[in-house]
Parts: sequence; C-alpha cells; structure tokens
Amino acid sequence: MHSLLAQTDSLLVNLDEVLFVGLPYTAIVLFLYATIRRYVARPYSYSSYSSQFLENRKLFYASAPWHFGILALFFGHLIGFLIPSGVLWWNSVPARLYVIELSAMIFAVLALVGLVGALHRRFTNSRIRVVTTKMDVIIIVLLLIQVLSGIWIALFHRWGTSWFAGVMAPYLWSLFKFSPDITAVREMPFAIKLHVVGAFLILAVFPFTRLVHLLVLPLSYMWRLPQQVIWNRQRKTRQT
Amino acid sequence: MDVRAQVSMVFHLDKCIGCHTCSISCKNIWTDRRGTEYMWFNNVETKPGTGYPTQWEDQEKYKGGWEAKGGTVQLKSTSKAKYLPNIFHHPHMPTMDDYYEPWTYQYENLFNAPAGDDQPIARAVSMVTGEPMEIKAGPNWDDDLGGSPIYASNDPNLKAITEEQRQQLNALERLVFFYFPRICNHCLNPACVASCPSGALYKRGEDGIVLINQKVCRAWRSCVSACPYKKSYFNWSTGKSEKCLLCYPRLETGQAPACFHSCVGRIRYLGLLFYDADRIKDVAALPDDKIVEAQRELILDPFDPEVIAGAKKNGMSDEFIEFAQLSPVYKFVKVWKIALPPHLEYRTLPMLFYVPPLLPVLGSKDADIYSSASRPEDLFHKFDEMRIPMDYLASLFCAGKVDLMKYTLKKLMAVRVFKRAQTVGDIAMATALESLHAADTTEEEAEAIYRMTSLPTFSQRFVIPPLHREMAVEAYKDPQDFKKSVGFGFTEAPKRGL
Repeated sequence: MHSLLAQTDSLLVNLDEVLFVGLPYTAIVLFLYATIRRYVARPYSYSSYSSQFLENRKLFYASAPWHFGILALFFGHLIGFLIPSGVLWWNSVPARLYVIELSAMIFAVLALVGLVGALHRRFTNSRIRVVTTKMDVIIIVLLLIQVLSGIWIALFHRWGTSWFAGVMAPYLWSLFKFSPDITAVREMPFAIKLHVVGAFLILAVFPFTRLVHLLVLPLSYMWRLPQQVIWNRQRKTRQT
Repeated sequence: MDVRAQVSMVFHLDKCIGCHTCSISCKNIWTDRRGTEYMWFNNVETKPGTGYPTQWEDQEKYKGGWEAKGGTVQLKSTSKAKYLPNIFHHPHMPTMDDYYEPWTYQYENLFNAPAGDDQPIARAVSMVTGEPMEIKAGPNWDDDLGGSPIYASNDPNLKAITEEQRQQLNALERLVFFYFPRICNHCLNPACVASCPSGALYKRGEDGIVLINQKVCRAWRSCVSACPYKKSYFNWSTGKSEKCLLCYPRLETGQAPACFHSCVGRIRYLGLLFYDADRIKDVAALPDDKIVEAQRELILDPFDPEVIAGAKKNGMSDEFIEFAQLSPVYKFVKVWKIALPPHLEYRTLPMLFYVPPLLPVLGSKDADIYSSASRPEDLFHKFDEMRIPMDYLASLFCAGKVDLMKYTLKKLMAVRVFKRAQTVGDIAMATALESLHAADTTEEEAEAIYRMTSLPTFSQRFVIPPLHREMAVEAYKDPQDFKKSVGFGFTEAPKRGL
C-alpha cells in the first residue's frame, strides 16, 4: 500500500516534469520547425483566412474586441516576463496595482466576449460553418480555455501581476537558460498549471492553425511606397 | 521621361449587344472553382443600372480609389494610419450579399426523385452552403433595365442629371439603355497595388498587367476595398484575393484574352500604349476637369524619335516598338480621341477605354409620328437632344466634363453622316463634309475610324505584342539561370488551411 502511494507520487512528479519541462521544449521546437517549414514549403497556406466576406456584422463584435483584448494581454505577459522587477516596482503602490489589474481584467473580458462571439458566429452561421476547419475548432477551444483560466486566476489567485514576476518569470527564464527549475510551478494551484500548459499547447499547435497570420503581420506597409512594379526581363522590383 | 509599355484595351460600346459571351468564356477558364463562383472577372452591366457588385460606383459607400489632397493622392479606404486598426475588421469591405450568393440547381432530383403524384423539381441550392435558397440577386440582376424603378434608379451616375431628365429616362418613348462590359482596367496608378499591406499585388513592368501573388496574399482584403471598380475579388474558400489577369498566359503565347477572342460584337480592341511613368503621380493628383486630358497627354507617341529612344533605353526591342505603332488603342485614344476611360475621378488612371455609345439616335415623337429624325440632316443638328443625357455619359466616362463627351459624340456622329452621304446618298456631301469639319475631323480620319470600327480583321483588332516568355525572359537571360525557378507552377492544392 505504502509503496503504491509512493509510486503514484513519483508518477505525479514525472507528470509535472512532462508538462513543465517536456511540453515547453517540444512546443518551442515544434513551433520553430513547423512555422518555418510551412512558410518555405507551403507559402500559399499562410493566410489570415478572413471570413468577413461571408458574414460582416457579427464579425465586428467578435474580431475587434478579441484582437484588441488579446494583444494587450499578450504584451502584458511579455512585459511581466521581460522586466519582472519593473512590474514589482509598479505594483508596490496599491493604487497602481489596482489600475493594472483592473485594466488587465477589462482586456480579458473583451477577449472573452470576442471569443465567445466568434465561437457563436462560427457555429450558427451556415456560411461560416462551411469554411471552418478542424484546426479552427481546436484552436478556438484552446484559446477559450486559456482566457477562462486566466480570468479565473485573476479573480481567485490574486494578484497575478505581482506573483507572476516572482514565480512565473523565473520559471520561464529558467526554460530559456536550458536549466529548467520547476520547484515553484509544481506548487501552483490547478488553474495556474492549466494556464501554463494551455499556453504551451497553443504554441505547439500554432504552426498548424490560422494563427500563422500573426507572423506575417504586414508592418512594412507603413514605410513602403505605394506602387510596385516587377520586371520579368531584368528580374527587378521597383517601388514608386 | 520614363517610357513604359501597357497592354491597353478599347471597348466600342456602340457595338456591344449585351450577350455576355465574354463573361462566360472568362468564367469557364478562370472562375469555375470553389470560392470563385461569385466572381466575374469580366461582367456586362446595363446602364443606367446599379451594376455588380451593387452600386460599385458609390464611393461614399465603398471608399474605393484615391482622393486628391494637397497636390498628392491618398487612398480613400486605408491610409497608412488607418490600416492597422482596421485590419481586424474592414469597415467598408463589400460582403457576398453586395455581389450575390452563387447558386446551382438540384438537377439530379429530376432523375432520382422517387415516383410520386407531383413533378420533381430542381430546387435552387447555394453553392456556398449547399442549402436550398431563395434567389434574390444575381450578377446581372437588372439586365436590360429589368426592375428598373427598383434597381436602376439607384445608379450613382444618375446624380449627374436633373430630376426632369431622370423622369424622362423612364418615359416609354425615351427609354434608353446601353451595355457596359467591364474587366480589370490594369490601371497606371492602381489603388489595389498601393493598398496591399503584404505587397502581394504588383504591376508587370513589360506589359503593365496587374497581378496578385497568391503565395504572398494573406487575406487582409485591402485590395477589394481599394479598387473603385471592385475588380479584385476575395476567394472565400482559399482565403486569397483573385483578379482579372488579362489572360496573360494567352497573351504570352500570342493569343487574345478569352473575353476579347470570344466577343460576338467584336467590340474589343487590344494593343500597346507607351506612357511616361514619371508623370503618373502628378496626373493622378490633378482636379477632375483636367485629369482626362492629362491622362491622354501621359500617353506617348510611339513614332516620336525621343519616345523610341526612351523605349529602347528601358529594354524594349525594335519589334516591340513596331507593335506599339500598330496599336488600334493608340489610334482610338490618342489620334482620334474618341475613346475615354471610365470614372477617371477615382484617379487610378485606368487603361481600358470606352468609345461611348451613340445609339439610340435622337428618337423623338414629331407630330405623333415616331422617327429617328424627320430629315436625315437633322441627325447631326438634333444631336443635343440625345435620349441618353450627355451629363450621364460624361459622369461615366469624362469625370463629369461634358464638352469632352460632346466632342467625342460629335465626331462619331460626323463619321456616320459622312458614310451615309457616301453609301446611301440621302444627305448632301456638302452637309456631311461640313459636319466632319465641325467635329474636328477629316475625310481620311473618318474613313479610318469607319474601317477600324466596322471592318477590322482579327489581327487589326488585337495587336498582341511579342510578350512570349522566351522573348521576355530567355532572350535577355541565360535560360539556365531560371532552371528550377520558373515554369513549375503550383504544387499545393488551393484549399483552406494546412
């Protein structure tokens, strides 16, 4: 009996290692390899696969809040990861902490509204159903789990912006330094573990979904000249 | 001076019989795939009418084309400042309902239906969802003025004429319409190219054909919004935009584009135009009343030694220049000045020109007797009382400048009067010559216009320059350089997702 318990215990330890060390590295390798391979071998499949043409009105209420919400949250996490000390300094005054937590919650609700709207639109509109692929469904469900667990964490494991800097940032940094340290993550509540695993799962399936449009965000349009002429004869491109 | 060449087009609207053969031949070649069913790279509209997509000319609604601002031009739809926030949802993008939902019929039901008391029917089903649907719109829904009071009265060009004229257009004895076939104009200042965030659209240097690189297109759909003629279409299945490619694979093998080749009325002409690329920006920013003539000046004389030298400097061969000299489009647009571009006020500088329609001629009721003219001579003098108001035509083809339309129609009419005097003889030759003189033309020019309009052969209508790939590429480069890089085409199926 005792040995069986110990076995289960060690299995759980191993599971933690699989989820917080194995999965992240697999996800990152898969992400890098598959996005590059898809870009090189199947450039035609790189698209945002917009469906505004088939349905316009509902898309606005889904796409706009989702994109603005998730972009703000993404950059928030990125800042927490890159400059944890800065976040801790900012949060040292309670009023400032409330500002950041409240605005994060607003963006999270925006993202949730957009996502639920997108899901609803995808399954109730017959035209949209026609252009829905399996990967669309998988990624939208993963994102929904991610946003819901994020909101749950913000509400019941306060204050995320602060402990992220203390717990998650060191963990993520340890991954990047190739000396993974999961002692802190292992002790986290279920919702947080779910959120971490969800993030790496999204990263892993990313190259196989429409999310690749993120990687080809056309920022160069900002400074390119309007007209583009290509000659076959001399093989040259000229912008005017 | 930067001499470039453009494969340009002239459509002679007096000869268009509205048979849609051009549309069908194009559809059979290019847009019979999934996701493209609703696309018509070539379509024929009835004017007055709302066209396809509905009211495409209404740029308040679609924000297509450019607007002149402080000596320069700016896209109406997505400026550099606005494109990023709008990338999640395009506020002015047409949807499928602005075009129409494509459908087919369940013909198999006619054969497979179980025996019963009633006749089996072939129900209409959507080609998008496959579900039964009620057909409420089509690509030529107001063809031949069908449902005019409901549809055609929304034609944005009707704003150019008075309420009284609009009323008269509906009066039975004045009822008038003409056909307006449209393809991509392969503009000199294409708004679609300028709007593409990914840079997927480009103009070919050798022939000016505007294309979309399908491997670079990411479905931002800016080109759909930006093109004021709505000739860039979004493939809802593959998530890529597509447009008329002027059948460049046919042109490169010396054949006329499918819509040109199949034209029953032989209304279409194709040939080279040389233009000065340095002046495009300046011309595009000119006010409406100057822009039509300015575009004409942008087109260069292929016989001018200076132009020939410039063309050679830009790598054009002697043979290529000879083809430009033979171009029927050059004659129509620049020499005879009877072909005009559509809606130049959108400032994209379209390179498809239209010879405006003269028919029906001045029909009127004289003392309760309906006649086209009481005396043959009046054909010319009554010209101001045309059934289709001059302002309407000017709104369509002259950026609103009526005197240009008058000049064009006068010349076309003078040619007719002259030929009638010659062949029928019921008009005095002196009267005919007088009208030629008044229309700023001569006997020789009138004869030439007549021959090019009525009697041209296939090779006179389509002067296809030597665009052959072996001349465009191999003659200048070692073919071995291009081994493994051209001619192998697509290896992946055009489907959505991975």
